[in-house]
Amino acid sequence: MSMDRREFLKIAGSSTFLATIGIGAGWILSRPGEFLEASQFLQTKELLKAKQWAMVVDMRKLKTEEDYKKVIDACHRIHNVPNFDNPKDEVKWIWLDTFEHAFPGQESEFMPEQMKHKPFVLLCNHCENPPCVRVCPTKATFKRKDGITMQDLHRCIGCRYCMAACPFGARSFNYRDPRPAIKEPNPEYPTRMIGVVEKCTFCEERLAKGQMPACVEASNGALVFGDISDPNSEVRKILNTNYTIRRKAELGTRPVVYYILDIPTSVVPGGEGNV
Amino acid sequence: MYDTGKIIFGIVIFVLFATFPFYSNIGKVSAKPEPKLDTPVIQQLAEKKCVESKEFMKVEHMQLLNEWRDSAIREGRRVYINSEGKEFKISLQNTCMNCHSNKKEFCDKCHNYAAVKPYCWTCHIEPKEKQL
Repeated sequence: MSMDRREFLKIAGSSTFLATIGIGAGWILSRPGEFLEASQFLQTKELLKAKQWAMVVDMRKLKTEEDYKKVIDACHRIHNVPNFDNPKDEVKWIWLDTFEHAFPGQESEFMPEQMKHKPFVLLCNHCENPPCVRVCPTKATFKRKDGITMQDLHRCIGCRYCMAACPFGARSFNYRDPRPAIKEPNPEYPTRMIGVVEKCTFCEERLAKGQMPACVEASNGALVFGDISDPNSEVRKILNTNYTIRRKAELGTRPVVYYILDIPTSVVPGGEGNV
Repeated sequence: MYDTGKIIFGIVIFVLFATFPFYSNIGKVSAKPEPKLDTPVIQQLAEKKCVESKEFMKVEHMQLLNEWRDSAIREGRRVYINSEGKEFKISLQNTCMNCHSNKKEFCDKCHNYAAVKPYCWTCHIEPKEKQL
Protein backbone atom coordinates (compact mmCIF):
# COMPACT_ATOMS: atom_id res chain seq x y z
CA MET A 1 0.00 0.00 0.00
CA SER A 2 1.36 3.34 -0.92
CA MET A 3 0.74 6.44 1.14
CA ASP A 4 0.96 10.03 0.10
CA ARG A 5 2.18 12.82 2.30
CA ARG A 6 -1.34 14.04 3.11
CA GLU A 7 -2.45 10.58 4.26
CA PHE A 8 0.64 10.17 6.43
CA LEU A 9 0.13 13.49 8.21
CA LYS A 10 -3.51 12.65 8.91
CA ILE A 11 -2.63 9.35 10.57
CA ALA A 12 0.31 10.79 12.48
CA GLY A 13 -1.75 13.74 13.69
CA SER A 14 -4.73 11.73 14.85
CA SER A 15 -2.62 9.14 16.64
CA THR A 16 -0.73 11.87 18.52
CA PHE A 17 -4.06 13.39 19.51
CA LEU A 18 -5.44 10.06 20.76
CA ALA A 19 -2.25 9.24 22.64
CA THR A 20 -2.39 12.59 24.44
CA ILE A 21 -5.96 11.95 25.53
CA GLY A 22 -5.00 8.44 26.68
CA ILE A 23 -2.04 9.60 28.73
CA GLY A 24 -4.10 12.44 30.21
CA ALA A 25 -6.90 10.08 31.20
CA GLY A 26 -4.41 7.62 32.67
CA TRP A 27 -2.84 10.37 34.74
CA ILE A 28 -6.20 11.59 36.05
CA LEU A 29 -7.36 8.07 36.92
CA SER A 30 -4.13 7.01 38.60
CA ARG A 31 -3.87 10.13 40.76
CA PRO A 32 -4.12 9.31 44.45
CA GLY A 33 -7.01 10.90 46.29
CA GLU A 34 -6.11 14.53 46.65
CA PHE A 35 -7.52 14.82 50.17
CA LEU A 36 -5.31 12.04 51.51
CA GLU A 37 -2.19 14.12 51.01
CA ALA A 38 -3.25 16.49 53.76
CA SER A 39 -3.80 13.64 56.21
CA GLN A 40 -1.32 11.94 58.50
CA PHE A 41 -0.95 8.76 60.47
CA LEU A 42 0.44 8.89 63.97
CA GLN A 43 1.02 6.59 66.90
CA THR A 44 -1.32 6.89 69.85
CA LYS A 45 -0.03 9.09 72.66
CA GLU A 46 -0.50 6.32 75.20
CA LEU A 47 1.53 3.76 73.21
CA LEU A 48 4.03 1.87 75.36
CA LYS A 49 7.35 1.79 73.56
CA ALA A 50 10.24 -0.65 73.60
CA LYS A 51 13.02 -2.03 71.44
CA GLN A 52 12.17 -5.64 72.23
CA TRP A 53 9.24 -6.58 74.39
CA ALA A 54 9.82 -9.64 76.53
CA MET A 55 8.12 -11.68 79.23
CA VAL A 56 9.13 -13.54 82.35
CA VAL A 57 6.85 -16.29 83.63
CA ASP A 58 7.41 -16.88 87.33
CA MET A 59 6.21 -20.43 87.84
CA ARG A 60 6.51 -20.03 91.63
CA LYS A 61 3.59 -17.61 91.64
CA LEU A 62 1.21 -19.80 89.66
CA LYS A 63 -0.29 -22.05 92.27
CA THR A 64 -3.88 -23.08 91.81
CA GLU A 65 -5.79 -24.17 88.75
CA GLU A 66 -7.70 -20.92 89.13
CA ASP A 67 -4.48 -18.91 88.57
CA TYR A 68 -3.90 -20.60 85.22
CA LYS A 69 -7.50 -20.33 84.16
CA LYS A 70 -7.64 -16.59 84.85
CA VAL A 71 -4.58 -15.97 82.67
CA ILE A 72 -5.78 -18.04 79.72
CA ASP A 73 -9.39 -16.85 79.88
CA ALA A 74 -8.35 -13.20 80.00
CA CYS A 75 -6.50 -13.61 76.72
CA HIS A 76 -8.90 -15.86 74.88
CA ARG A 77 -11.96 -13.85 75.90
CA ILE A 78 -10.80 -10.44 74.69
CA HIS A 79 -9.25 -11.78 71.50
CA ASN A 80 -12.23 -13.87 70.42
CA VAL A 81 -10.24 -17.11 70.40
CA PRO A 82 -12.62 -19.94 69.52
CA ASN A 83 -13.01 -22.97 71.77
CA PHE A 84 -13.53 -26.17 69.80
CA ASP A 85 -14.20 -29.46 71.57
CA ASN A 86 -12.15 -31.43 69.07
CA PRO A 87 -8.42 -31.08 69.95
CA LYS A 88 -7.55 -31.38 66.25
CA ASP A 89 -9.31 -28.06 65.60
CA GLU A 90 -7.82 -26.36 68.65
CA VAL A 91 -6.94 -22.67 68.36
CA LYS A 92 -4.76 -21.27 71.13
CA TRP A 93 -2.86 -18.11 71.90
CA ILE A 94 -1.74 -19.08 75.40
CA TRP A 95 -1.90 -22.63 76.69
CA LEU A 96 -0.52 -25.18 79.16
CA ASP A 97 1.81 -28.12 78.79
CA THR A 98 4.15 -30.21 80.92
CA PHE A 99 7.86 -29.59 81.48
CA GLU A 100 8.91 -32.46 79.25
CA HIS A 101 6.87 -31.15 76.34
CA ALA A 102 7.79 -27.52 76.86
CA PHE A 103 11.51 -28.15 77.39
CA PRO A 104 12.24 -31.42 75.56
CA GLY A 105 15.64 -32.92 76.29
CA GLN A 106 15.90 -31.23 79.66
CA GLU A 107 13.56 -33.54 81.51
CA SER A 108 14.77 -36.47 83.57
CA GLU A 109 13.13 -39.48 85.05
CA PHE A 110 14.10 -38.44 88.55
CA MET A 111 13.26 -34.75 88.53
CA PRO A 112 11.06 -33.39 91.33
CA GLU A 113 7.43 -34.49 90.97
CA GLN A 114 6.36 -30.89 91.43
CA MET A 115 8.17 -29.88 88.24
CA LYS A 116 7.29 -32.97 86.27
CA HIS A 117 3.56 -32.45 86.52
CA LYS A 118 3.12 -28.75 87.04
CA PRO A 119 1.76 -27.20 83.82
CA PHE A 120 3.79 -24.43 82.19
CA VAL A 121 2.16 -21.36 80.68
CA LEU A 122 3.20 -21.30 77.02
CA LEU A 123 2.70 -18.64 74.38
CA CYS A 124 4.35 -17.23 71.27
CA ASN A 125 8.00 -16.54 72.14
CA HIS A 126 8.20 -13.45 69.91
CA CYS A 127 11.66 -14.63 68.86
CA GLU A 128 14.29 -12.07 67.97
CA ASN A 129 15.13 -14.28 64.98
CA PRO A 130 11.71 -15.65 64.08
CA PRO A 131 11.62 -18.54 61.60
CA CYS A 132 7.91 -17.97 60.93
CA VAL A 133 8.68 -14.52 59.53
CA ARG A 134 11.42 -15.86 57.29
CA VAL A 135 9.18 -18.44 55.63
CA CYS A 136 6.00 -16.40 55.18
CA PRO A 137 5.54 -15.99 51.41
CA THR A 138 3.23 -12.96 51.70
CA LYS A 139 4.93 -11.15 54.60
CA ALA A 140 1.68 -11.55 56.49
CA THR A 141 3.74 -12.21 59.59
CA PHE A 142 6.47 -9.72 60.30
CA LYS A 143 8.62 -8.27 63.04
CA ARG A 144 7.53 -4.94 64.43
CA LYS A 145 10.01 -2.29 65.50
CA ASP A 146 9.20 -3.03 69.13
CA GLY A 147 10.08 -6.71 68.68
CA ILE A 148 6.57 -8.09 68.49
CA THR A 149 6.13 -10.84 65.91
CA MET A 150 2.93 -9.51 64.41
CA GLN A 151 0.54 -10.86 61.84
CA ASP A 152 -1.45 -9.06 59.20
CA LEU A 153 -4.33 -11.46 58.76
CA HIS A 154 -5.54 -9.49 55.76
CA ARG A 155 -2.57 -10.97 53.94
CA CYS A 156 -2.56 -14.52 55.32
CA ILE A 157 -3.24 -17.05 52.59
CA GLY A 158 -3.31 -20.01 54.97
CA CYS A 159 -0.28 -21.84 53.55
CA ARG A 160 0.81 -22.85 57.07
CA TYR A 161 4.53 -22.52 56.34
CA CYS A 162 4.81 -20.54 59.57
CA MET A 163 3.27 -23.39 61.53
CA ALA A 164 5.84 -25.77 60.10
CA ALA A 165 8.63 -23.32 60.86
CA CYS A 166 7.66 -22.46 64.44
CA PRO A 167 9.42 -24.84 66.84
CA PHE A 168 7.10 -23.91 69.70
CA GLY A 169 3.72 -24.83 68.23
CA ALA A 170 2.58 -21.30 68.92
CA ARG A 171 0.50 -21.01 65.78
CA SER A 172 -2.96 -22.38 65.19
CA PHE A 173 -4.80 -22.85 61.93
CA ASN A 174 -8.50 -22.15 61.58
CA TYR A 175 -9.65 -25.43 60.08
CA ARG A 176 -13.25 -24.36 60.72
CA ASP A 177 -15.16 -21.13 60.82
CA PRO A 178 -14.27 -19.85 64.30
CA ARG A 179 -17.39 -17.70 64.71
CA PRO A 180 -19.77 -20.38 66.07
CA ALA A 181 -17.13 -21.50 68.60
CA ILE A 182 -16.83 -18.09 70.24
CA LYS A 183 -19.24 -17.96 73.15
CA GLU A 184 -19.24 -14.26 73.95
CA PRO A 185 -17.59 -12.33 71.14
CA ASN A 186 -15.80 -9.17 72.20
CA PRO A 187 -17.30 -6.55 69.88
CA GLU A 188 -14.19 -4.40 70.10
CA TYR A 189 -11.84 -6.99 68.56
CA PRO A 190 -12.15 -8.87 65.27
CA THR A 191 -12.43 -12.62 64.98
CA ARG A 192 -10.53 -14.63 62.41
CA MET A 193 -11.94 -16.48 59.42
CA ILE A 194 -11.60 -20.03 58.21
CA GLY A 195 -8.24 -20.69 56.56
CA VAL A 196 -5.92 -18.29 58.40
CA VAL A 197 -3.22 -18.88 61.00
CA GLU A 198 -3.31 -17.01 64.30
CA LYS A 199 -1.29 -16.59 67.47
CA CYS A 200 -0.49 -14.30 70.40
CA THR A 201 0.31 -10.68 69.49
CA PHE A 202 1.65 -9.59 72.92
CA CYS A 203 -1.59 -7.57 73.03
CA GLU A 204 -0.28 -4.89 70.72
CA GLU A 205 -3.77 -3.33 70.61
CA ARG A 206 -3.60 -2.91 74.40
CA LEU A 207 -0.05 -1.53 74.32
CA ALA A 208 -1.38 1.14 71.94
CA LYS A 209 -3.81 2.16 74.68
CA GLY A 210 -1.06 2.17 77.30
CA GLN A 211 -2.19 -1.07 78.90
CA MET A 212 -0.21 -4.20 79.80
CA PRO A 213 -1.05 -7.44 78.00
CA ALA A 214 -4.24 -9.09 79.25
CA CYS A 215 -2.50 -12.21 80.56
CA VAL A 216 -0.02 -10.11 82.54
CA GLU A 217 -2.81 -8.08 84.08
CA ALA A 218 -4.71 -11.22 85.08
CA SER A 219 -1.69 -13.10 86.42
CA ASN A 220 -1.29 -11.36 89.78
CA GLY A 221 2.39 -10.73 89.18
CA ALA A 222 3.30 -14.19 87.88
CA LEU A 223 3.78 -12.86 84.36
CA VAL A 224 6.02 -9.82 83.97
CA PHE A 225 6.24 -7.84 80.76
CA GLY A 226 8.84 -5.27 79.75
CA ASP A 227 11.56 -4.03 77.46
CA ILE A 228 14.47 -6.45 77.49
CA SER A 229 16.79 -3.92 75.84
CA ASP A 230 16.35 -1.52 78.75
CA PRO A 231 18.68 -2.46 81.64
CA ASN A 232 16.37 -0.74 84.14
CA SER A 233 13.21 -2.56 83.12
CA GLU A 234 11.52 -4.88 85.55
CA VAL A 235 12.12 -7.80 83.21
CA ARG A 236 15.86 -7.19 83.20
CA LYS A 237 15.97 -6.82 86.98
CA ILE A 238 14.28 -10.20 87.35
CA LEU A 239 16.60 -11.82 84.81
CA ASN A 240 19.63 -10.39 86.66
CA THR A 241 18.60 -11.89 89.98
CA ASN A 242 17.02 -15.20 89.01
CA TYR A 243 18.00 -18.30 87.13
CA THR A 244 15.73 -18.49 84.10
CA ILE A 245 15.36 -20.86 81.16
CA ARG A 246 13.89 -20.41 77.71
CA ARG A 247 12.23 -22.94 75.45
CA LYS A 248 14.53 -24.52 72.87
CA ALA A 249 17.05 -21.66 73.01
CA GLU A 250 19.55 -23.99 71.30
CA LEU A 251 17.67 -23.60 68.00
CA GLY A 252 18.91 -20.03 67.69
CA THR A 253 15.55 -18.33 67.28
CA ARG A 254 16.30 -16.23 70.38
CA PRO A 255 12.97 -16.51 72.16
CA VAL A 256 12.18 -13.76 74.67
CA VAL A 257 9.80 -15.55 77.00
CA TYR A 258 11.76 -16.58 80.09
CA TYR A 259 10.71 -19.03 82.80
CA ILE A 260 11.61 -19.05 86.49
CA LEU A 261 11.27 -22.65 87.63
CA ASP A 262 9.35 -23.64 90.71
CA ILE A 263 12.03 -25.75 92.35
CA PRO A 264 11.26 -27.30 95.72
CA THR A 265 13.58 -26.17 98.49
CA SER A 266 16.48 -28.53 98.21
CA VAL A 267 17.47 -30.70 101.13
CA VAL A 268 20.97 -32.12 101.32
CA PRO A 269 20.84 -35.62 102.84
CA GLY A 270 22.59 -35.63 106.18
CA GLY A 271 22.97 -31.89 106.14
CA GLU A 272 21.12 -29.20 107.99
CA GLY A 273 18.89 -28.19 105.18
CA ASN A 274 18.17 -25.42 102.81
CA VAL A 275 20.58 -24.09 100.27
CA MET B 1 -23.79 -21.29 1.93
CA TYR B 2 -24.74 -24.62 3.37
CA ASP B 3 -27.24 -25.05 6.22
CA THR B 4 -28.35 -21.42 6.08
CA GLY B 5 -31.53 -22.12 8.00
CA LYS B 6 -29.77 -23.90 10.88
CA ILE B 7 -27.08 -21.21 11.16
CA ILE B 8 -29.52 -18.32 11.19
CA PHE B 9 -31.69 -20.10 13.71
CA GLY B 10 -28.60 -20.64 15.88
CA ILE B 11 -27.61 -17.01 15.63
CA VAL B 12 -31.08 -15.85 16.60
CA ILE B 13 -31.05 -18.16 19.64
CA PHE B 14 -27.62 -16.89 20.63
CA VAL B 15 -28.57 -13.23 20.30
CA LEU B 16 -31.74 -13.76 22.32
CA PHE B 17 -29.73 -15.55 25.03
CA ALA B 18 -26.91 -13.01 25.13
CA THR B 19 -29.24 -10.00 25.35
CA PHE B 20 -31.54 -11.60 27.93
CA PRO B 21 -30.39 -9.31 30.78
CA PHE B 22 -31.21 -6.24 28.71
CA TYR B 23 -34.73 -6.98 27.48
CA SER B 24 -35.77 -8.76 30.63
CA ASN B 25 -35.00 -5.59 32.63
CA ILE B 26 -36.51 -3.06 30.24
CA GLY B 27 -38.90 -0.77 32.04
CA LYS B 28 -37.88 -1.95 35.50
CA VAL B 29 -36.16 0.80 37.42
CA SER B 30 -34.29 -0.31 40.49
CA ALA B 31 -34.31 2.42 43.09
CA LYS B 32 -31.16 4.44 43.58
CA PRO B 33 -29.55 3.37 46.83
CA GLU B 34 -29.90 5.88 49.64
CA PRO B 35 -27.75 4.93 52.59
CA LYS B 36 -29.30 6.09 55.85
CA LEU B 37 -27.45 8.17 58.40
CA ASP B 38 -30.00 8.28 61.19
CA THR B 39 -28.22 6.33 63.90
CA PRO B 40 -28.43 7.51 67.53
CA VAL B 41 -24.71 8.34 67.61
CA ILE B 42 -24.81 10.40 64.41
CA GLN B 43 -27.88 12.30 65.56
CA GLN B 44 -26.11 13.37 68.72
CA LEU B 45 -23.13 14.75 66.84
CA ALA B 46 -22.92 18.53 66.97
CA GLU B 47 -21.35 18.63 63.54
CA LYS B 48 -22.52 15.77 61.37
CA LYS B 49 -19.27 15.01 59.60
CA CYS B 50 -17.39 11.84 58.79
CA VAL B 51 -13.59 11.61 59.02
CA GLU B 52 -13.35 13.33 55.64
CA SER B 53 -15.86 15.17 53.45
CA LYS B 54 -18.94 13.37 52.17
CA GLU B 55 -17.79 13.59 48.56
CA PHE B 56 -14.40 12.11 49.44
CA MET B 57 -15.86 9.30 51.51
CA LYS B 58 -18.31 8.41 48.76
CA VAL B 59 -15.57 7.89 46.20
CA GLU B 60 -12.52 6.93 48.22
CA HIS B 61 -13.68 5.17 51.39
CA MET B 62 -12.21 1.89 50.21
CA GLN B 63 -8.77 3.42 49.65
CA LEU B 64 -9.02 5.19 52.99
CA LEU B 65 -9.90 1.92 54.73
CA ASN B 66 -6.96 0.19 53.08
CA GLU B 67 -4.63 2.94 54.24
CA TRP B 68 -6.05 2.71 57.75
CA ARG B 69 -5.56 -1.04 57.75
CA ASP B 70 -1.92 -0.87 56.65
CA SER B 71 -1.13 2.00 58.97
CA ALA B 72 -2.64 0.36 62.06
CA ILE B 73 -1.40 -3.19 61.57
CA ARG B 74 1.86 -2.89 59.71
CA GLU B 75 3.17 0.40 61.12
CA GLY B 76 1.39 0.46 64.45
CA ARG B 77 0.09 3.96 63.80
CA ARG B 78 -3.43 3.98 65.11
CA VAL B 79 -4.28 7.66 64.95
CA TYR B 80 -5.52 9.35 61.78
CA ILE B 81 -5.30 13.09 61.37
CA ASN B 82 -7.66 14.25 58.67
CA SER B 83 -7.29 17.10 56.21
CA GLU B 84 -8.74 19.50 58.79
CA GLY B 85 -6.29 18.41 61.49
CA LYS B 86 -8.83 16.44 63.54
CA GLU B 87 -7.73 13.19 65.22
CA PHE B 88 -9.51 9.87 64.85
CA LYS B 89 -8.80 6.45 66.29
CA ILE B 90 -8.14 4.04 63.45
CA SER B 91 -10.57 1.18 63.86
CA LEU B 92 -13.27 -0.17 61.59
CA GLN B 93 -15.18 -1.84 64.41
CA ASN B 94 -14.77 0.87 67.03
CA THR B 95 -14.65 4.11 65.03
CA CYS B 96 -16.48 3.65 61.71
CA MET B 97 -19.17 1.33 62.99
CA ASN B 98 -19.63 3.28 66.19
CA CYS B 99 -21.36 5.99 64.17
CA HIS B 100 -22.55 3.85 61.29
CA SER B 101 -24.13 1.24 63.52
CA ASN B 102 -26.73 0.56 60.83
CA LYS B 103 -24.68 -1.62 58.50
CA LYS B 104 -27.74 -3.00 56.71
CA GLU B 105 -29.10 0.45 55.96
CA PHE B 106 -25.72 2.04 55.28
CA CYS B 107 -22.93 -0.20 53.93
CA ASP B 108 -25.14 -2.87 52.42
CA LYS B 109 -27.41 -0.44 50.60
CA CYS B 110 -24.80 0.62 48.03
CA HIS B 111 -22.75 -2.56 48.12
CA ASN B 112 -25.76 -4.66 47.18
CA TYR B 113 -26.77 -2.19 44.49
CA ALA B 114 -23.30 -2.27 42.96
CA ALA B 115 -23.03 -6.04 43.56
CA VAL B 116 -19.77 -5.73 45.43
CA LYS B 117 -19.00 -7.99 48.36
CA PRO B 118 -16.28 -6.54 50.56
CA TYR B 119 -14.86 -9.24 52.83
CA CYS B 120 -14.56 -7.00 55.90
CA TRP B 121 -17.16 -8.92 57.87
CA THR B 122 -15.65 -12.39 57.66
CA CYS B 123 -13.42 -11.24 60.54
CA HIS B 124 -14.60 -7.84 61.75
CA ILE B 125 -17.70 -8.07 63.88
CA GLU B 126 -20.76 -6.26 62.57
CA PRO B 127 -22.62 -3.99 64.93
CA LYS B 128 -25.67 -5.58 66.48
CA GLU B 129 -28.83 -4.44 64.75
CA LYS B 130 -32.46 -4.96 65.50
CA GLN B 131 -33.78 -7.86 63.48
CA LEU B 132 -36.47 -6.60 61.14
